[in-house]
Amino acid sequence: MADSTTRPKMSPRRRSELTRWVLYGILVVGALAAILFADWGRIQRNFFNIDSMREMLPDVVAIAARNTVIYTVASFSLGIVGALVLALMKMSSVKPYKWIATVYIELFRGLPALITIILVAFGLPIAFGWRIPGGTLGTGSLGLAIVAAAYMAETIRAGVEAVPRGQMEAARSLGMSQARAMASIVLPQAFRIIVPPLTNEFVLLIKDTSLLFVIGTTPLTKELTKFARDFMTTERNATPLTVAAILYLIITLPLTRLVAQLEKRTARAR
Amino acid sequence: MPADTTTHAIDVRQLHKYFGELEVLKGIDFNVDPGEVVCVIGPSGSGKSTLLRCVNRLEEPTSGTILIEGEDITDPDADVDALRTRIGMVFQQFNLFPHLTVLRNLTIAQRKVLKRSEEEADSIARAVLDRVGLSDKIDEYPIRLSGGQQQRVAIARALAMKPDMMLFDEPTSALDPELVGEVLDVMRGLADDGMTMMVVTHEMGFAADVADRLVFMADGVVVEDGPAREVITNPTTDRARQFLRMVGET
Repeated sequence: MADSTTRPKMSPRRRSELTRWVLYGILVVGALAAILFADWGRIQRNFFNIDSMREMLPDVVAIAARNTVIYTVASFSLGIVGALVLALMKMSSVKPYKWIATVYIELFRGLPALITIILVAFGLPIAFGWRIPGGTLGTGSLGLAIVAAAYMAETIRAGVEAVPRGQMEAARSLGMSQARAMASIVLPQAFRIIVPPLTNEFVLLIKDTSLLFVIGTTPLTKELTKFARDFMTTERNATPLTVAAILYLIITLPLTRLVAQLEKRTARAR
Repeated sequence: MPADTTTHAIDVRQLHKYFGELEVLKGIDFNVDPGEVVCVIGPSGSGKSTLLRCVNRLEEPTSGTILIEGEDITDPDADVDALRTRIGMVFQQFNLFPHLTVLRNLTIAQRKVLKRSEEEADSIARAVLDRVGLSDKIDEYPIRLSGGQQQRVAIARALAMKPDMMLFDEPTSALDPELVGEVLDVMRGLADDGMTMMVVTHEMGFAADVADRLVFMADGVVVEDGPAREVITNPTTDRARQFLRMVGET
């Protein structure tokens, strides 16, 4: 350290104090600039327009938010059943099952969800004349479920593989069949492990319901994003987006907090 | 004191086991008579655990025959699940089911495999738990028990099936030294009650006191097989002498 003798150096503590003051300074200057120069009236008229908000209620909650939840729950329920089947196929000792599951998972994880949804809503009816039962709800939920199943299958498989091999061996040594041991011993432990990641998938699914605008929903089957977008055209301001955003957060934030709690709990149990 | 019958409880004939290219068991002939306690010792990698795991086909033999009370468990048509209910197994890592209480650990296979009624399964569970001295832990989850207690519950779980014989795969190797004794005491009690036992172990004291026969394995073959005290005090091969001298020092 020949340098320190020629030039007096700042102590580390002094330096970190200074850095902190500079960071606070930038923050204060930025905030002042926002307060002074932003057009608050305009922002309020466009994003927080009370009249537009009044106009949207109660339908935005009673119809749009409700539909978002229905689409999510329906596609999640459908998706998790498909995912369980796919995960078991992927772990099967029967090779063709393994291949089919692998192709499915790679295919639908590799495609944009929008492509799959359009395929289910328009591709299949045009090609084969099928109409998915359940109207918009059935079509939209199926499209989302097909994609969700691919992601959740990998989550379930990872969960099953995280259960120590000795659990299966102990169950088999007591005379349980492979299927019985899987159902009574391995899967219950695997699901405990994957509750946090599955809740994350659920949150992703809530947001993906916004893709369902492409299937052309009727007034009664609109989900939040479509509803807000249609309102924007009549209201000529962005307030509907703000309302939709707040409603999304009301649904998703508690869930992401829950995931954090669950992860903390599993971390403690280990 | 081996019972006077012509049928062995466990009868292993010309057993070969490969892991890929590696031959782990090189033509093993081995048997355990009803009521007999046989300890299997040997250096790590000798194949003793693999032999034990082949007996209830947790490990698939490459070739050879294994008869359980005269029934061929290696027969492709054998009902392996049914045969396994007659063979209790205790693992080095206990392998209790962590998501179930002690009681449910002891009853789940009784209920689902043997189709016993809930009352019957419960009363058997209470009886075997009492036998391993852990009646007060019946509603606990395994994670709340010490290693020694977990292993005793694991023994009780196997006993609840009322097996004809018990396999022990290094049952005390994962335990802290001060917890080894309580598990060996339970095993000693079982032996005194006439249970047929095959025990892979490093506990030479236990082998000398409890075993009727001692089998020494090395490099996938049975090197010595004889009355326990005789093998320990008077080994006939250099390999066995060398091994016994080394474990004797610890």
